[in-house]
Amino acid sequence: MTITQTRPGEGQGGAVRRPSRLFRNMSAKVAMLPLIFTAVVIFLGGTLWTVLYSFTGSGLLPRLEWVGLEQYERLWGTRKWIVSIQNLALFGFFSLIGTLVIGFILAALLDRKIRGEAVFRSIFLYPFALSFIVTGLVWQWILNPEFGLQSVVRELGWSTFTFDPLNNPSIVMYGLLIAGLWQGTGLIMCIMLAGLRGIDEDIWKAARVDGIGTVKTYVRIIIPMMRPVFVTALVLIAAGIVKLYDLVVAQTSGGPGISSEVPAKYVMNTMFGGQNLGQGFAASTMMLVMVVIILIPWAYLEFGGKKNG
Amino acid sequence: MKLSTKLLSATAICAAGSAGAVDLEVMHWWTSGGEAAAVTKFADAWTATGNTWVDGAIAGGGDTARPIMVSRIIGGDPPAAFQFNHGRQAEELIEAGLILDITDVAEAEGWADIVSPTSLMDSCTYDGRVFCVPVNIHSWQWMWLSNAAYETAGVPVPTNWAEFMETAPAIREAGIVPLAMGGQPWQQNGAFGVMALALAGEEAWRAVNVDKNSEIVMGPEYTAVFEAFGEARELSNGLSVQDWNQATAAVIEDTAAAQIMGDWAQGEFALAGEVAGTDYSCLPGLGDVALLDTGGDAFFFPVIDDPEVQAAQKELAALLLSPEVQVAFNSAKGSLPVRPDVDLTTVNECTQKGLDLLAAGATVPAGTQLLSPDTTTQANDLITEFWSTPAMTPAEAQERYAAIIADAD
Repeated sequence: MTITQTRPGEGQGGAVRRPSRLFRNMSAKVAMLPLIFTAVVIFLGGTLWTVLYSFTGSGLLPRLEWVGLEQYERLWGTRKWIVSIQNLALFGFFSLIGTLVIGFILAALLDRKIRGEAVFRSIFLYPFALSFIVTGLVWQWILNPEFGLQSVVRELGWSTFTFDPLNNPSIVMYGLLIAGLWQGTGLIMCIMLAGLRGIDEDIWKAARVDGIGTVKTYVRIIIPMMRPVFVTALVLIAAGIVKLYDLVVAQTSGGPGISSEVPAKYVMNTMFGGQNLGQGFAASTMMLVMVVIILIPWAYLEFGGKKNG
Repeated sequence: MKLSTKLLSATAICAAGSAGAVDLEVMHWWTSGGEAAAVTKFADAWTATGNTWVDGAIAGGGDTARPIMVSRIIGGDPPAAFQFNHGRQAEELIEAGLILDITDVAEAEGWADIVSPTSLMDSCTYDGRVFCVPVNIHSWQWMWLSNAAYETAGVPVPTNWAEFMETAPAIREAGIVPLAMGGQPWQQNGAFGVMALALAGEEAWRAVNVDKNSEIVMGPEYTAVFEAFGEARELSNGLSVQDWNQATAAVIEDTAAAQIMGDWAQGEFALAGEVAGTDYSCLPGLGDVALLDTGGDAFFFPVIDDPEVQAAQKELAALLLSPEVQVAFNSAKGSLPVRPDVDLTTVNECTQKGLDLLAAGATVPAGTQLLSPDTTTQANDLITEFWSTPAMTPAEAQERYAAIIADAD
């Protein structure tokens, strides 16, 4: 199929007829149809349906039996949900900072033209190729006090060494965080590295001429220039945080007790384990609201500002 | 109905000639050693009829398996048969017409007369129609004790909860964990239920679980239960395992002294070659209130729009309750048969105690028959939070438990 495009105003025989905007780039729009359909019907439709049914008393199967805000009242009165939100906030904060900082430092070190860069890059990126389930199980074994890290260190002579985060309710989230960082930093490092490679060599030369130190150059010049790269990384990390589920299921199943529960797991458990769809829908609606609250001001700043400038 | 009966007999004839073999996918969560041994008895019996048993085992226990089964049924890709516990778990699937009505098989085989206790058939019956086959009776109300552990500590094996508490310090001194408990919520909530029935007595237990009376939860009987449960929490320190069979293994290896777990634990003792009475002891109802709940497993058959499959499903339903299969399955699983007219050939001391209690009618309905999955999930969450949060007081847990019971449907 060949695409012949006539620019508006370049009409044949002088007859100037402006084609409707709707029909410009027809073939591209036709090609987009399945995606538009998916976005509107499945994403938007599914979301509206979920929100609608969160106001019903649906059990195992969806039923249009209105209960008003009852599901939400119960949700916010449930200790497990509150704990889930707190855990997600904690995990989100440290995971965001940790992934960005470690990812950038690794990328910056690789960017110093070291020997064997490709080898290191592959090693750091490798965990990303694993599924969260595998990561979770691997770290469950590593952090197991009887087989993993603790027993290895004890055998080396430090017989009182204690590192057992997965069985300690107050620090279990850090056990998950270690696994999350191990898995996630490699990808962010690669994105950062690509960003660093995009910086013009002349910037470095200019900085050197002006006598600015390496660290200062990174912090004051390079990082501000890498803003789009950071935004991409941020979106990827944030999406990973909100959908945090499989890592928890594999590593702790929410335990000990309910100390490592996360919202996505609450949704799954109430919907299918507790056979209470209405409650699960209410919880997932709240998750959507949280994402929107974070996303809208950010999108406004990021995209709204550019139009003016 | 007539058509299906005809088809049923037609399939039986076909099966006899081993023509028209049907593949039935059966989903269950029996994956521990003893359980897997038991489920092969079903599979062998079904294969012997000339059909094929496609095993769909899901590891991780019922809480993991049930959502997978439900999503497959709702998603339009149902297995031919699936295991649920007796009771209210499948209520809504039946209401939605997703489960095959097997009343004709039940009537032809006379299940109403042979299944005992009758509450099992009641749990399978909805609006006068039968929708499931109860295959075994499991009771939660057991405590398993390691005789060797008590010998090491130099104290007699306890015969009730008070003695168990008295001997616990001696066990601790001998370097043995007094009470083995897995980390999964259902195990902790199950043990709580056992202690509630044994320590608060039948009357208070029924008021809470049957009548959903939250005032009784705040009363003196349940206060004692929550305090005892708080003490039990201390006794389990020092053993961190997840699965119930790992906790049972600790009792088998004598690194833990006791476990509160249903009679399915006996399958593990049997598999390890332990002998009831000499290697381990059992206390029904913790030795205090000798009542057994009659929970257990039942098989449901989703509606599949294929007459051949439906006939095979009904054939399987009849097979699961046939005397030989009942004996083979229940002997391997450590559970009790649902029909009292069969003899378990070699019953050990503990199974005999269970059979005697069952025969005497000393039974109560199971938690899964009384509480909806929603309420059970809430209780699981509360009890497991209590169990793993040493700072949470029994009084606090009691108050929140009362709120859950007050809201229960």
